[in-house]
Amino acid sequence: MNDTSTKSPMINISVEMRAKIGSVLDRYGILILIAIMMLVLHILQPDVFFTWRNLTNVFKQTAWQATLALGMFIVIVTAGIDLSVGSILMLSLMALAITSKAGFPWIVVMVVPIIVGVICGYLNGVGITKLRMPHPFIMTLGTLYLFRGVGNLVSGGVPISGFAEQVNFLGTGRIKMDWLLGEGAREYIPVSLIFVIFLYLVVWFYLEHTQHGRWIFGIGGNPNAARAVGINVDNMLILVYTICGGLAGVAALILAGRTNSGYPNAGLQSELDAIAAVIIGGASFFGGRGTVIGVFSGVFLMGLLRNGLNLMDVSVFWQQIMIGAIIIIAVYVDVLRREITTRR
Amino acid sequence: MTTPILQAKGICKYFGAITALENVNLHVSAGEVLGVIGDNGAGKSTLMKTISGLNPASKGEILFQGKPVKFNTPRDARDLGIEMVYQDLALAGNLPIAQNIYLGREPTKRFGLINRIDHKRCLEMSQEHLDKLKIHVKSAKQKVEELSGGQRQAVAIARATAFDANLVIMDEPTAALAVKEVSKVLDLIKRLKSLNVAVIIISHRMDDIFAVCDRVMALFHGRNFAEDSIKDTSHDELIGWIMGTTQNKNGSRNE
Repeated sequence: MNDTSTKSPMINISVEMRAKIGSVLDRYGILILIAIMMLVLHILQPDVFFTWRNLTNVFKQTAWQATLALGMFIVIVTAGIDLSVGSILMLSLMALAITSKAGFPWIVVMVVPIIVGVICGYLNGVGITKLRMPHPFIMTLGTLYLFRGVGNLVSGGVPISGFAEQVNFLGTGRIKMDWLLGEGAREYIPVSLIFVIFLYLVVWFYLEHTQHGRWIFGIGGNPNAARAVGINVDNMLILVYTICGGLAGVAALILAGRTNSGYPNAGLQSELDAIAAVIIGGASFFGGRGTVIGVFSGVFLMGLLRNGLNLMDVSVFWQQIMIGAIIIIAVYVDVLRREITTRR
Repeated sequence: MTTPILQAKGICKYFGAITALENVNLHVSAGEVLGVIGDNGAGKSTLMKTISGLNPASKGEILFQGKPVKFNTPRDARDLGIEMVYQDLALAGNLPIAQNIYLGREPTKRFGLINRIDHKRCLEMSQEHLDKLKIHVKSAKQKVEELSGGQRQAVAIARATAFDANLVIMDEPTAALAVKEVSKVLDLIKRLKSLNVAVIIISHRMDDIFAVCDRVMALFHGRNFAEDSIKDTSHDELIGWIMGTTQNKNGSRNE
């Protein structure tokens, strides 16, 4: 009776090998996936895909989503969820548009969405902890409707367009590459890419090298442990949701620059994209696990997928199907990895 | 006798209409191991949580080295060197051993305008501390979720003693352990005693109580029930205390 060996395909692999495969998948799984995808896209679209123009386009399109996903990541590390980020983004964007239309100086117009985002995030945090909501899902589901409603109310539900050049700089600014590639070179680096990388580095440092960061991971691993060592878990959670809201405000600023407009549908369902990117990037939905580089990869992977399918003229419906499949596959790979690495 | 390191007087704890603790007294001295026994729901864990600051008392007084103190959070108690090892161990499995030991009190160094964690020192200090307690793990970088139950218990004890604890409270330190791991934890408790640390253990295992305790006290229905030096009591007597049948008056002999 040898049928036990067919139960798991991994059963015949030695323990050391398993650990090795596990750690490689853990660290480089998503990067391998991205590399394969880029290769496939390059083969399918040899003239267009691997051009500077196309790749910078992907970055420009995904910069605001990357910012949103970064905030979502910090929240998910605490085993929480923030469903309201899309609405915070919309409300921040509308606030930006209204201040711009009212003729405030550009610096004010740029700061307003971030302040709005911070306030919204703070309200989420206070609601979750002080109102003792049974789960962050509930509070942020409420504010998902609430913030968007307020955004529509204050803007009248109509788009407001046309911002100052300085306001748009983060979203559309270009760093010319003449100095590197010679006079007249058309290649450039989008300011939004540099800015997003900067944000990711700051958050990486915050999570890995400051006490707060370790406490956030500790809370995600075991909130009772955090409480027992005297960490004020409620305050940390309020801080985390505030940061997430603030980053949604920053995302609004980037999106404003890209579209030169505040529009009522902004950020619709983008909270789900953000969650998808975080999960595809290897963070655990149950908290305490995940990396900043993983989140960036998750966002980039989704951007690449959309880009590639667009280039090949595949319908948007297929994009939805593909992204859905990738979420499931990515998490399944993670499940397999855990089965391979655990000893029992 | 010297002043006890910690004294709790007239501790009451109410949860709504329920009285969990009624006028409970307790004292423990440096280098002494006090066993606290009682049936489920007798109030042992609740009493310990009032001392560790996790769940402050409704009424009553706590004296630390003879001076009255007030613990509103675990932080307050930990600042005085009073540490608790919880029954569920309260470790973050996703973090390495070293970061668990120093969770909440990470060693930092100045980095520009902010304090960054000194990961290297954290690791060195952890390793040193684990060595001092003769706790053997592969590496302090190992994640806690990869450890056995006994190793986890050891890490929880290491965390409790990493900052020169005066008093370590342990809630059922051996309940979830394999038989061969129990003796290691008991050795660890003896080592703490030899380092002049006061220890309180809650246990249901009479063997543990007799192996490490100097004195034992029993709670029954949230009240002090009996108390005696371990030398002057017996296995059967302690069982009687837990059941609430045989009683002696505090400190008096039972013969």
